[in-house]
Amino acid sequence: MIRNIHIQHEDFDVADEIEALGGDGVGAVASFIGMVRGDDGLTALTLEHYPGMTESEIGRIAEDAARRWPLLGITILHRVGRLTAGERIVLVAVAASHRGAAFEACEFLMDFLKTKAPFWKEEERGGDTRWVEHRASDHDAAERWHKP
Amino acid sequence: MNVLYFAWVRQKTGRSEEVIEHTPSLRTVADLAAMLRARGGGYAEAFADLTRLRAAVNQVHAGLDTVLAAGDEIAFFPPVTGG
Repeated sequence: MIRNIHIQHEDFDVADEIEALGGDGVGAVASFIGMVRGDDGLTALTLEHYPGMTESEIGRIAEDAARRWPLLGITILHRVGRLTAGERIVLVAVAASHRGAAFEACEFLMDFLKTKAPFWKEEERGGDTRWVEHRASDHDAAERWHKP
Repeated sequence: MNVLYFAWVRQKTGRSEEVIEHTPSLRTVADLAAMLRARGGGYAEAFADLTRLRAAVNQVHAGLDTVLAAGDEIAFFPPVTGG
């Protein structure tokens, strides 16, 4: 299975990344792109992470997804550093034979990326900065995968 | 032990990492947090409310009752907000 996991400053090319997941037996690629939402006067986000743990934690989440669904490829690219409104933050793309596994695994990966991977966002509004608080709804979204 | 701080925990302690010798009194993550809080100043602020903090030991999420050993890498940070 293709596993392409990177933490990077630079942007990524969505078309190239999805193209790279194609291959024999792939019948579906589902993807999610997270972007900096420029509402409430937000001008930029600075993303900090825990080098080393970030990669291993995302690796564990990807392994978990690969155990739950018959996947053919997983790409997770997450940017760090200062990103302005409208910029891409994260790409999760999943390849499988059929769409059900691709859709579900993509959502699973995002839910656990949000609650387990050690990233922190600091918002900029004008000259003010503020650390983003975690949301209980993100925790609930991840919890539902534990239900039988 | 190598102790790391991230996000506002790093800002309040004023450093991103430091070396702290493992002693019998630092049995768990909670013991280490209590010792750091007792330093006062920014440390007291950072460790004032442990329900607002999360920890990792050797780059794996860990609870406050996790037992420490010499050579461990311990990190303190707010709940994660990536994605």
